[in-house]
Amino acid sequence: MAQTTPLYQKHQQANAKLVDFAGWDMPLHYGSQVEEHHAVRRDAGMFDVSHMCAVDVAGTQAQAFLQYLLANDVARAASGKAIYSCMLNEQGGVVDDLIVYVLDGFYRVVVNAGTADKDVAWMQARSEGFDVEIKVRRDLGIVAVQGPNAREKALPALPQAYRAQAAELGVFQCVGDADGLIGRTGYTGEDGFECILPVGQLPALWDALTAAGVAPCGLGARDTLRMEAGMNLYGQDMDDNVTPLQAGLGWTVAWEPAERDFVGRKALQKQKAEGGLPRFVGLVLEGRGIMRAHQEVETPAGQGEVTSGGFSPTAGVSIALARIPRGDFDRVEINIRNKSVPARVVKAPFVRNGKILIDLPEASS
Amino acid sequence: MSQIPAELKYTKSHEWIRVEADGSLTIGITDHAQEALGDLVFVETPEAGQSFATGDAAAVVESVKAASDVYAPVAGEVLSGNETLADAPETLNDDPYGEGWIFKLQPSDPGELDGLMGVDGYAEFLKSEQ
Repeated sequence: MAQTTPLYQKHQQANAKLVDFAGWDMPLHYGSQVEEHHAVRRDAGMFDVSHMCAVDVAGTQAQAFLQYLLANDVARAASGKAIYSCMLNEQGGVVDDLIVYVLDGFYRVVVNAGTADKDVAWMQARSEGFDVEIKVRRDLGIVAVQGPNAREKALPALPQAYRAQAAELGVFQCVGDADGLIGRTGYTGEDGFECILPVGQLPALWDALTAAGVAPCGLGARDTLRMEAGMNLYGQDMDDNVTPLQAGLGWTVAWEPAERDFVGRKALQKQKAEGGLPRFVGLVLEGRGIMRAHQEVETPAGQGEVTSGGFSPTAGVSIALARIPRGDFDRVEINIRNKSVPARVVKAPFVRNGKILIDLPEASS
Repeated sequence: MSQIPAELKYTKSHEWIRVEADGSLTIGITDHAQEALGDLVFVETPEAGQSFATGDAAAVVESVKAASDVYAPVAGEVLSGNETLADAPETLNDDPYGEGWIFKLQPSDPGELDGLMGVDGYAEFLKSEQ
């Protein structure tokens, strides 16, 4: 039996196409995935992401524990800030990628739905010897409101307790306490909020956002939006057997201070010293077709692989994230159903704040 | 509930087939199929003169979600592909039984058409699939 979020009825009433995602019955779209994508780029859309899991970490050694657990350094984020990090295994592989919100006296970590159980078990096991309390917060649900008009439309719908402070938040800042949290974060490349609130409050929030003209958007649009924004998806672009250095996430590894010994550090240092790391790049298809995950990429330096691929509704072409061998080239060929289709190597993101950041192939412009 | 026009024939892989007055076939995917696929973003149609055996992959339709083959419902030779779909794949979502046709086929053995489902058969089949 699949799990459902507190907004399940709202999705049914809105005629969502519901699909199983990591054991949860989640909306894929509410009619048109492409229209939902455009709503977020041009106006405001909302996503029920209550399948993701908030985990509170408190205790006198909470900071020291997270500095050991995570590849990024939570000490770099003051209270009221959010920080993105990978959680690594001893081999440097990514157990999960997550957001840590730094609050007064504790940390709220949001992890992926598919890995939540594994993550919590991993955190518990690593916490031995630390004075910390790890608390799974399934009593909280999450709604992301994203788009150029998202903050303006969402603010009146937010709980009174956070509204005034939420209006003043800078990018990657948050306001929160034991009962909830509003962060100016997201997974779309647009401005907006992620609202972590008690499950009982979510239906009213959803209704208020609907009344404010925020479009309900499914996981389908969430995927095309994050791909355009050049953001990695766990399980696809990286997993337990891929390190951040192989997935374009080297920037999230805090090497300094050098004496900070985090799980996976030795393996990453070894990998870095050995060199020969692959490039993690964006691709734009120049021929006809759609790139998909696992397709082969032929390059002058050998073979690579598409890790995330699809159609960019904003750019009107197929885009992808891919792991390819090192080398000085920007032309590659994608094996799409046994045909070689040319593609160009670009730097992700493809789209940010509604603007296309890549040169488009001539045929499609 | 998706539309199933009475005058067409159907396959279990969700193609529809219209038998034209001259005996040629027009082939597309059903309303149910386009709805299941979601927004179509790429269509590759076969070219005139290509020959297919029954069940051969003849065209490709890709939605935001995934790629799917469109199969030749019977053996035959392609008369034309709907080239307008290359620039407007969404036509397949908007008008699956009309402007969204995918290719035209001259069947090698018109007797093969007897093996296809009619409207009732397809409606039953959709129910059994759910």
